[in-house]
Amino acid sequence: MKHRLSTVVATAAAGALLAGCGGGGPSSGGGKISDDKIVLGVLTDLSGVYADIAGPNSVQAVQMAVDDFKKKYGDKAVTQNIEVIKADHQNKPEIANTQAREMYDRKQADALFDVPTSSAALAVQTVAGQAKKLYFNTGAATTELAGKTCNPYTYEWAYDTYMLAHGTGSAVTAQGGKNWYTIYPDYAFGQDMQKKFETAITGAGGTIVAKDPTPFPSDNYSTFLLKAPRLKPKPNVLGALQAGGDLANVVKQYEQFKLKDKGIELAIGLLFDSDIKAIGADKLAGTTFTTAWFWNVDPKAQAWADRFKERTGQRPTFVQAADYSAATHYLEAAQKAGSDKAADVSKELDGTKFSDFFAHNATIRAEDHRIVHDAYLAKVKDPAKASEPGDYTERVKTIPAAEAFDKPSPDCHLS
Amino acid sequence: MTSFLQQAFNGLVSGSFYALLALGLAVIFGMLRVVNFAHGALYMLGAFGAVALADTTGLGFWWALLLVPLALALTGTLLERLLIRRLTALDPLYNFLLTFGIALVCQDLLRMKYGAHSQPYERGPFTGSMDLGLFDFPRYQVFVLAVSVTLCLAVWLLLTHTRIGTIVRAATERPELTRAFGIDTGRWVTPVFGFGVGLAALAGVLAAPMRAVNTGMGSDLIITVFAVVVIGGLGSVFGSVLAGFTIGMLQALGNLYVPVLSQTSVYLLMAVVLLVRPAGLFGKEEPA
Repeated sequence: MKHRLSTVVATAAAGALLAGCGGGGPSSGGGKISDDKIVLGVLTDLSGVYADIAGPNSVQAVQMAVDDFKKKYGDKAVTQNIEVIKADHQNKPEIANTQAREMYDRKQADALFDVPTSSAALAVQTVAGQAKKLYFNTGAATTELAGKTCNPYTYEWAYDTYMLAHGTGSAVTAQGGKNWYTIYPDYAFGQDMQKKFETAITGAGGTIVAKDPTPFPSDNYSTFLLKAPRLKPKPNVLGALQAGGDLANVVKQYEQFKLKDKGIELAIGLLFDSDIKAIGADKLAGTTFTTAWFWNVDPKAQAWADRFKERTGQRPTFVQAADYSAATHYLEAAQKAGSDKAADVSKELDGTKFSDFFAHNATIRAEDHRIVHDAYLAKVKDPAKASEPGDYTERVKTIPAAEAFDKPSPDCHLS
Repeated sequence: MTSFLQQAFNGLVSGSFYALLALGLAVIFGMLRVVNFAHGALYMLGAFGAVALADTTGLGFWWALLLVPLALALTGTLLERLLIRRLTALDPLYNFLLTFGIALVCQDLLRMKYGAHSQPYERGPFTGSMDLGLFDFPRYQVFVLAVSVTLCLAVWLLLTHTRIGTIVRAATERPELTRAFGIDTGRWVTPVFGFGVGLAALAGVLAAPMRAVNTGMGSDLIITVFAVVVIGGLGSVFGSVLAGFTIGMLQALGNLYVPVLSQTSVYLLMAVVLLVRPAGLFGKEEPA
């Protein structure tokens, strides 16, 4: 009995590490407005680690864009049937693959939105290419989406690892943080972040003293925090490229090991309001980070964020703001084209310059479908200066669109 | 060398959590023959208990360390009485599924209330670091190690030097024979389950000041803890504790010297142990 059970437990433990597999589905074509309706699909993490950053409120953001569009055009809208559907990809690429197929093929989705987790986003991009339907990424950060794996059906609306790294990496190095020890979670996002930070840091005249991959997810970072002060030369910046719960672990333990007192400052790769809340704004006050947008960056953003709060009771993240912006531009383009066919909509979008509440001085680059726009170098606000409990971010400077994002990748050929 | 010792010590600290959880799993399995898949969720509930206690009543860490494990142990006894007991006569897989389901329900209920992001907990004691001779170490983490080692020793003494311990050990090794001697093993089942649950909750409270408190914290950890009990030998208290501390050290040193293997080393070790000693390092083969 004992013998058999231990095998069961071992198998279950191994099984929990692995995941299911994907399936296929039939493909369908489209007319002017296919099936006389436009379906916007939000494929997101509805209950996992990214459910607060994207999740149910991303669905709300897209629904809000649809409602606003209907109100604006009334009877003149390209179709009266605009529907929003949602699905949970649980941050797993194989589930994202199956769900995306299901949404495009069976549920007649014309465009998908959101999709946090880089590996899942890459899977959806592939499916979009096969289905020949559009996908607006706002949740995933990998630059590969507009690089090696780019296709004419995918747009990158919000942010990427280049933007995060070049904002923070260059700024902190320029402020005197010359010697870096970087730790990055060992999966697509972390590895990509590490590369981008290295380029940014060395480009600004800094050095990477050491870099270490960390298990993902992990609740113990002591190994690396102990190692940091012993490195030669001693680093003066610890670059923590973890996200979400992992980041909270790093910062809590960074505090306990008193690395700040040992002359090692903390720089963070990706920071959301939910992280600041989890770690404590007082602990993070003054920490530099880069963001695509925050809800009170300017009055226009705040006005939209107020409407969003009325609807959801919460302040939006930049991913959710980008979902609204992307969905609105998609619907406007379909309206102009009088069609929801990917090629017709793309023709309207490509090369467009615009400024909305989310993206300032934005261009939809025709070369790689990256939307370049202003980004912000920011720091965590001193809680004493906050106007409300969710007011965490203070702008240090605006990074102009041309500097915020990398030039189109030579690896990407859309046509 | 100092660096090596420091890292090994750090490994013992993370091993503290593995040991407390594995110890609870081991006594529960020994007594009930139930693989408690809800153990990770109970660890998470312990941490959330500390957060909720601070939020609602303002009571700090020491109160949490006392009250939360007691409250959850009590909940655990109810769980055993009302649900788990009904399935023990059936194939072990039934309780396996039941406890797994309980874990999912706990996670999702908390997620409804708190969301998926981490919760702040700022009531941890001992903020400074202390001099351990060769190196400095955060005072709180030294405290965690001390608590874990003390508890494991106490349980060991309890099992080897008291009448209750003798009964529990006898019931673990030869349940039928023990009953044949006229000892009512049934009445010890519920307290033992509650005790195991209390240990998991205690580990959760200990984790709150130094780890991210979120609904995923238990499910991330429990997979490693299962590997730990399999390596130590299911039902072997001594083996589980020893494997807990060993795996903690192995991971810490692995992170440092062979980062590629840090995530897989535990499972590689588990695979090797299962091949060589299918009952685990300290487990006993039982006639099927």
